[in-house]
Amino acid sequence: MSVLIFVETTEGKAKPSSLEAVAYGAKVAEMLGTSAVALVLGEAQELEKLGNYGASKVLHAADSRLNVGVIQAYANAISQAVEKENANVLILAKSSLADTVAARVAGKLKAGLASNVVELPDLSDGFVVKRSIYTGKAFAKTAINSEKKILAIKKNIYPFTPTDAQASVETFTPTLSDADFSVRVINTEKASGTLSLPEADIVVSGGRGLKGPENWGIIEELAQVLGAATGCSKPVSDLHWRPHHEHVGQTGVKVSPNLYIAVGISGAIQHLAGVNSSKCIVVINSDPEAPFFQAADYGIVGDAFQVVPKLIAAAKQQ
Amino acid sequence: MKILVCITHVPDTTTKIKFINNNTQLDTNGVQFITGPYDDYALSRAVELKEQFGAKLTVLNVGTAETEPTIRKALALGADDAIRIDAEPTDAYLVAEQIAHVCKQNNYDLIMMGRESIDFNGGQVHGIVGEMLGIPSVSPVMKLDIEGNVAKMAREIEGGKEYLEATLPLVVGCQEPIAEWKIANMRGIMSARTKPLQVIAPVNPQELTKSLSFELPPAKGACKMIPADEAEKLIELLRTEAKVL
Repeated sequence: MSVLIFVETTEGKAKPSSLEAVAYGAKVAEMLGTSAVALVLGEAQELEKLGNYGASKVLHAADSRLNVGVIQAYANAISQAVEKENANVLILAKSSLADTVAARVAGKLKAGLASNVVELPDLSDGFVVKRSIYTGKAFAKTAINSEKKILAIKKNIYPFTPTDAQASVETFTPTLSDADFSVRVINTEKASGTLSLPEADIVVSGGRGLKGPENWGIIEELAQVLGAATGCSKPVSDLHWRPHHEHVGQTGVKVSPNLYIAVGISGAIQHLAGVNSSKCIVVINSDPEAPFFQAADYGIVGDAFQVVPKLIAAAKQQ
Repeated sequence: MKILVCITHVPDTTTKIKFINNNTQLDTNGVQFITGPYDDYALSRAVELKEQFGAKLTVLNVGTAETEPTIRKALALGADDAIRIDAEPTDAYLVAEQIAHVCKQNNYDLIMMGRESIDFNGGQVHGIVGEMLGIPSVSPVMKLDIEGNVAKMAREIEGGKEYLEATLPLVVGCQEPIAEWKIANMRGIMSARTKPLQVIAPVNPQELTKSLSFELPPAKGACKMIPADEAEKLIELLRTEAKVL
């Protein structure tokens, strides 16, 4: 018996959300009286450091075909690791890849999968998780009744402090066939050098109140000074002022950062659905009646072009 | 070509969510139900592919009789026929098993649905169906073209896109901007009334998960307002009071 945590990597390094998943998984393992095993697919470095987050062992499949996330191959490799480690709980950090891989693993292992999990499981009567539903508008307490269980956790739900502990690294060689690679990745287009929106601890978003894409400089500068990722509202992405992968909301990216700063976004219910699990929300809008103020922790009624430069100047002063 | 589009019947995106019966049930009083927005994208793209290739387009819903108006809307948009599997869609594995059962009898080339439903946001059904049928599944797909028996796709990833190719048959979870949303015309609405809608009983319905109760997020405290001419004070408050900087 063990708890297996799938660790997603970018350019050979574990994603921050996956480190949180390892820490969360280590706690679940402790609750179950067992150990936490991390699984890394593709070429990667510094894996013994996953011990800092509570993994006692790391399974590593250093197969270069797995350097890009191939859905079927990943699902097959993860399922084999679950069987090998006799894991009864599999944990993943939600992402574009992990979500769809988790679904296939659930089908393969006939495992109950709970997505958008926001707390540690309650083991007092069965195995019950709290998960976010209705796109962040509510929560469900859901019992997972299958023998094998899969939890896809939301970002920023489990505080943790890394230690100096090291994990042992074990080579893992899943049996993969050509069929597992039948979906061919032709090309990847990725904004380079910018912080990934779902991974960011701080997000600065702009809306139609900025009046045009040429005015995004102040959003980008504030984001840069704060170490934040940039986002936008749906109208802004529909107007092609910003790329679709920056659209935050009900049908776009859902974020749960420590700090969400909305500039010139009125706060339609569909936008709120994508941000309502942020720890702290700041709203800057020239309209005092903007509904977003009701969901905010801090608000400034004013012209973005005057307010944001002041924030940039203040943030630059340590 | 045969295309299946699976749709969900969910509360409108503007719904104020409330629960009844000791927080065990959604209060549907005054709630307007719609086709899942992601499913609408899948359906709109499927209608375009049908027009391009002369495909046969079937729409499927796992749900009770009250979902039929939603199914009729899909028929009005251009689906040829519909299947309703008469079961409460309470668990992703249960829903996927029903869909996979229909697929095994019909050999669809393309099985499309939204990336996730907007009620439980699980995003699981496409993957489980793909696994049950032993065929690839790809999600979230924002562009889909068919050339011969090859699907050419763009999948949204964090900060960008990934371009993929796969041989049919295939399951895809769709999202915007895969197609423009379509609005049914009067001819579509009239013809939808007489298009076949077959109701079938579920097979072997088994739930792996069960939702026991629901709750709403805690109420937000009052918003602290900062005068615009003292905007710089916000940074100080975020550092010392909210401790998020």
